[in-house]
Amino acid sequence: MSKYLILIYQDEAVARQAEGESISASYQEFQQRRGSALLGGAALHPSSTATSVRRDGAGGFLVTDGPFAESKETLGGYYLVEAADLDEALEIAKEVPAGVGVEVWPVRVAT
Amino acid sequence: MPETAGPEVAAAVADAHRREWAFVLAATVRVAGSIDAAEEAVQDAYAAALATWGDGGIPRNPGAWLTVTARRRALEMHRRAATAERALPRLVGREESPAEEPGGIPDDRLRLIFTCCHPALAPEAQVALTLRLLCGLSTAEVARAFLVPETTMAARITRAKKKIAAANIPYRVPPPDELPERLDGVLSVVYLVYTTGHTAPSGADLMRRDLADRGLELARMLRVLLPLDRDVAGLLALILLTEARRGARLDDQDNVVLLEDQDRSRWDRQAIGEGVALLRGALAARPPGRFALMAAIAAVHDGSGSWQDTDWQEILGLYDLLLGRWPSPVVRLNRAIALGFAAGFAEGLAELDLLGAEPQLARYPYLASARGDFLVRLGRPGEARVAFEEALILTDNEVERRFLQGRIKELGG
Repeated sequence: MSKYLILIYQDEAVARQAEGESISASYQEFQQRRGSALLGGAALHPSSTATSVRRDGAGGFLVTDGPFAESKETLGGYYLVEAADLDEALEIAKEVPAGVGVEVWPVRVAT
Repeated sequence: MPETAGPEVAAAVADAHRREWAFVLAATVRVAGSIDAAEEAVQDAYAAALATWGDGGIPRNPGAWLTVTARRRALEMHRRAATAERALPRLVGREESPAEEPGGIPDDRLRLIFTCCHPALAPEAQVALTLRLLCGLSTAEVARAFLVPETTMAARITRAKKKIAAANIPYRVPPPDELPERLDGVLSVVYLVYTTGHTAPSGADLMRRDLADRGLELARMLRVLLPLDRDVAGLLALILLTEARRGARLDDQDNVVLLEDQDRSRWDRQAIGEGVALLRGALAARPPGRFALMAAIAAVHDGSGSWQDTDWQEILGLYDLLLGRWPSPVVRLNRAIALGFAAGFAEGLAELDLLGAEPQLARYPYLASARGDFLVRLGRPGEARVAFEEALILTDNEVERRFLQGRIKELGG
């Protein structure tokens, strides 16, 4: 079995509109169906509420408003899933009712 | 290769490398647990063959000998590594029942090609892995085939193998509901290998014969492994019906000879016969697949006794079907050319001009050269020259450049 992080992307404008709403029925349905594979997950506030903390290279930090990369698509949430292999993880990923789509990242196994 | 191996043994090992590499590697991957380890074990087995076949004699079934040796080696390596790297991610599939063939060794080549052509890998990595792992080409050979530095290709292959291990891309033939889509990806890779060899995108030669040969071999291998699949039959038919004209594509001075001017007696009748027979089966699919339709178009050309006898209405009809199945700008371009010959060059040219706005064709030299050809046929040499000059700018293949320069010269350039 392998673990994967599914990063959920959505349109920034849509995300702002949906702010404050409770989790949608489609996500509830997905979580029920795929509950056994889900190790964790959460929905995020819009990227306008995010804060970047970047090392300044001189031992300090540079704290700025917003995510590292600004784009039309924004991270809206994530799931941590366990699957037999990438194909199974991709099957799960396709069922996530994401606005734009998702990225599937394999999680490194500690050795 | 060690000096000790006699020429007979060296030839037998080289032959086994060409014929059996994919089979031996594919059968070893499941035992080794990773592609890297399997490659190392298989290389060791070939080295052992060189060292021992001289004394022990060349085995009657070299593939089986090599597979047994490579798998034993992989198990040894695995046992040694198991203590050191217990937590290493392993390729899925090892625990499955080993589905032994009558000869005692499973044929895992299908699993291997589906892993190499997994859509999660970048297309150029899919092609590189397929050539490396299924065809046994060295990294240097793959780099040469695509005219990139060896270090670039090595990095590309290493990255792809790392992704297979880290993301746990399975070593498995996809289940029936996913098979058609995934097989289409595999066939696209094989077709790309073939077309890159058929007309090299750049370089001094029109063709890279080794790549075209590998494409044909891969299509033949898939035909053996999936004998009932109509898309596989369609691809093999397409390659055979295109390959049949190979001997007539260049003159004695290595200049391009257009289909129109080719000596049709030099076409390979046996390849045409084999291709047409495969095509019959492939076309029985409803609706016929894109490779079968392309093969059918090639078969119309292969079947006409002369350029003048070409049935352009039939070809146009087939392009219409192909466009419905695969609506790509390149197919539209080829359909426009067929339209020119079927309905008149002015009509064809109008269609080609519409394609000028297509961003995917902006750097595609065959659009400009097709326009140039139709403009010549319509008696508009000035505009034709401009079109050929545009095509020349977009062409990197030396033989094609020479051809375009010749046409420009004919037009007083």
